[in-house]
Parts: sequence; C-alpha cells; structure tokens
Amino acid sequence: MMVHYIKAPLDNEIIRQLKAGDMVYLSGTIYTARDAAHKRLIELINSGKDLPFNIEGAIVYYVGPTPAKPDRVIGSAGPTTSYRMDAYAPRLLDLGLKGIIGKGDRSESVTDSIKKNNCVYFAAIGGAGAYLANCIKSSKVIAYEDLGAEAIYELEVENFPVIVAIDSEGRNYYKIGRNEYLNS
Amino acid sequence: MREIYAKAIKDTVSRLCIEANYYLPDDVKNRLSEARDSEAFETARFMLDVLIQNHEIACSEQTPICQDTGVACVFLEIGQDVHIVGNLIEAVNEGVKEGYEKGYLRKSVVADPLNRVNTKDNTPAMIYTEIVPGDRVKITVAPKGFGSENMSKIAMLTPSDGVEGVKRFVIQTVENAGANPCPPIFLGVGIGGTFDKAALLAKKALLRSTDERNANPYYAELELELLQSINRLGIGAQGFGGKHTALAVNIEYMPTHIAGLPCAVNINCHAARHATEVL
Repeated sequence: MMVHYIKAPLDNEIIRQLKAGDMVYLSGTIYTARDAAHKRLIELINSGKDLPFNIEGAIVYYVGPTPAKPDRVIGSAGPTTSYRMDAYAPRLLDLGLKGIIGKGDRSESVTDSIKKNNCVYFAAIGGAGAYLANCIKSSKVIAYEDLGAEAIYELEVENFPVIVAIDSEGRNYYKIGRNEYLNS
Repeated sequence: MREIYAKAIKDTVSRLCIEANYYLPDDVKNRLSEARDSEAFETARFMLDVLIQNHEIACSEQTPICQDTGVACVFLEIGQDVHIVGNLIEAVNEGVKEGYEKGYLRKSVVADPLNRVNTKDNTPAMIYTEIVPGDRVKITVAPKGFGSENMSKIAMLTPSDGVEGVKRFVIQTVENAGANPCPPIFLGVGIGGTFDKAALLAKKALLRSTDERNANPYYAELELELLQSINRLGIGAQGFGGKHTALAVNIEYMPTHIAGLPCAVNINCHAARHATEVL
C-alpha cells in the first residue's frame, strides 16, 4: 500500500500510479453531485447543453452535506452510497470525468468504464462526516440550489483522505482487501 | 387523568433530534471501541479509529456524526392514563422541523416517492404510536439513514424453513449489503407476526441497548450465533476486509400464523443513533 498526495484535477499519468488499496490525500477543487443532480446532468447531456462545471479531469464527490453552522464552511460531509449513481457514471466518465469519490462497490459496467477511460474510483470513509468536513476549506453552490443538500457544490479540499477502491486497471479493493483478510 | 401538553412533546422531539444526531448511545460507543481494540487487520483498524475520532469531533464541535441525519423515526409509548392537550401528530412534526433547523441537520425527506420534491424541513416524521399502561409518555427519536435502510430486507419464510432458513436469510442479506450500509453494522431482526409486524419488530430491535441480549435464552443464543456467523464473512469495517462486519444482532419475535415464518432484517450503520426521554 502506497500513500499519495495529489491535486485535482487529475491527469492520466497520476491516475496510472494509483493502485487499489493505496491511501490518497486529495487537495484542490472537486464537485459534489448525488442522485437528483446526476439526473439533471444527464438531462443536460441528452439535450446537448453545457455542464455546470468543467468535467475534463474533474473529480465528483457523491455527498449531500448538512447545512454549515454560521462559523463553518460546510456541515458534516461524508460519502453517500455509490451504486445508486451506477446508471449515470459511465456517461460522465466518457465525457472526461477522471475521479469519483463515494462508498461501496460499483457495477461491472462502471468498472469497465473506469478501465476504458483510465479513471479511478475512490472510497471515502462512510459515516465520518464530521471528520471529513475538517478537510474541506471552502464550499459554494454552483448549480441546482433548489435541490438543497443535493445541489452541486464546488469544494476546495486539503488532504482529504480516500482509498483507491477501483483503480484504472479495474482492480477492486473491496474484493482484494476482503480476500487478504480471509487468508490472513 | 394526567395531562401533557403537545408543546412539551414538540420541545422534547426537537431536542432529541439534535441529541441523537450529535451523540452516540454509550453502548454503541463501547461496541466501536471494543472492535477497534480487538481488530488486528490494519485497514479495518484504521477505519475504526477514524470512526471513533469522527464521533469525538461530532461531540466537541456539536455537529452531526453523519451527513445523513436521516428520516426522523419517532416512537411514542403513550400511557393510557394520559390526555394529550393539543394535536399530537402536529406536535411531533413541529418538533422535527424545529430540531432539524436548529441543529443544522440535513433535510432528507421528499414529499412524494415518485415525484421527489424535498419538503425542506425533514417532515413528515415516521411516527409509531403504542398505547401502554400508566400515565407517562416515552419518546424515542431514531434518525434513520438510508445507506443502511436500503440494504434491509424482508422474507416470508415458511415453517419448514425453520431457524436454519432464518440464519441463511439474515446472513445472505448482510453478504448482499457488502460495504454499502457502512459496516460495522448493527442488525435488527424481527421474526414472526405478519409481513408488516416483522418489519416493525426489526426496527424496534435496533432501539434495544446492545448491552442486553433477548430475554428468551433461545433467542439470546441465536443473536450470538448470528453475530459470529456474520463476522466470519470478513466484510469488515467499510468493506475492505476485517474481523468486524457487525457489532451486534438484536432479535425481537412474536407469535405468528401456523402457515408462516416472516423474517425482517433492518440494517443500521455503525452510527446506531437513538435518544429517549420520558415525560
């Protein structure tokens, strides 16, 4: 297991160095989107319109944060379960999205798309929303404010901890890690 | 007849929504610490460490443990000698509305499951009422996140499936859930009753302290056996392998029909949140 400190957006060279099970501390700009925002993004793509952020090399974080207290930039902000976005993810990966942060395993078609497009799927620690919020340095809504917690936020993160769950060669740490434990 | 004003119920529900989302019950904290201390697998130990730190941050910064502050499940045990002055259901929903606003909790409820417009105040609550002897009102607020709720299942088993069928169904449900419900999980299992009663028993099982086993030794033994079998799956904290896939299995059971064996499994993430007050 290696530890990487990397900055978003991602390029192909960095992605190739990330292997399933590696620990990654992410910094830079990432975008949030979950169920309702994905539905709207796909509608935009279907009607040939521009997306609300530059998807080239971007990282999308599946999260719907709690409201920020007056002195804070964001509330609790841990990952939501990823499989609900499986139907949408390949469309975005085909358009240049390079990284996804969520939790839980992905479908075969998402894994295939990750391999085909040289992308990476990161897992953040589920249920650690208070802890992870401290790695988020700024936050602003850039689209779909009417969706509340499901709006698209632009986040600046600093050393945001994630694990490489599926790497660009399709290796899956949910399977590898569990087998390592069972054989230990 | 004792009178309790709806306003007192509203205020209590509001406070419990916040408390439940910021502070874990002591038994849940103890199960997490025990798991961390007995976990030799490095990744899982790291995950458990972060989850414990996360809770410490939630307490010290007065912030929700998890961003999914859930749908508010509100259990009311109402003494039959109590007269509620005012509108009970309205009071509960007003309490949820106030608590979720004041506590900076996420509003996660949509008004209609198919047309999906957020109600913006986390109402309505899921309200469960029960009439009990006495002149008190016991209120429990259990915010339920849907990462784990989505992984819950019910099966209408048959008498011939027996206890082995129950074990297979529970273990298969946990295997299918994998990393999705934020393991290490807590399991509420409801056995018997009808289709709906089994599901309610499973949900209520999650409210019982994990320091206690079922009062019936047969079911207490089954709880421990299921916990051991589940932990042999090796899913582990966050699903990357480890000794602790579940931290406790609580079973509730009730009489059922000669033709049936309903079995419901309600999964809760590691943050098994609930707070109670008696008025």
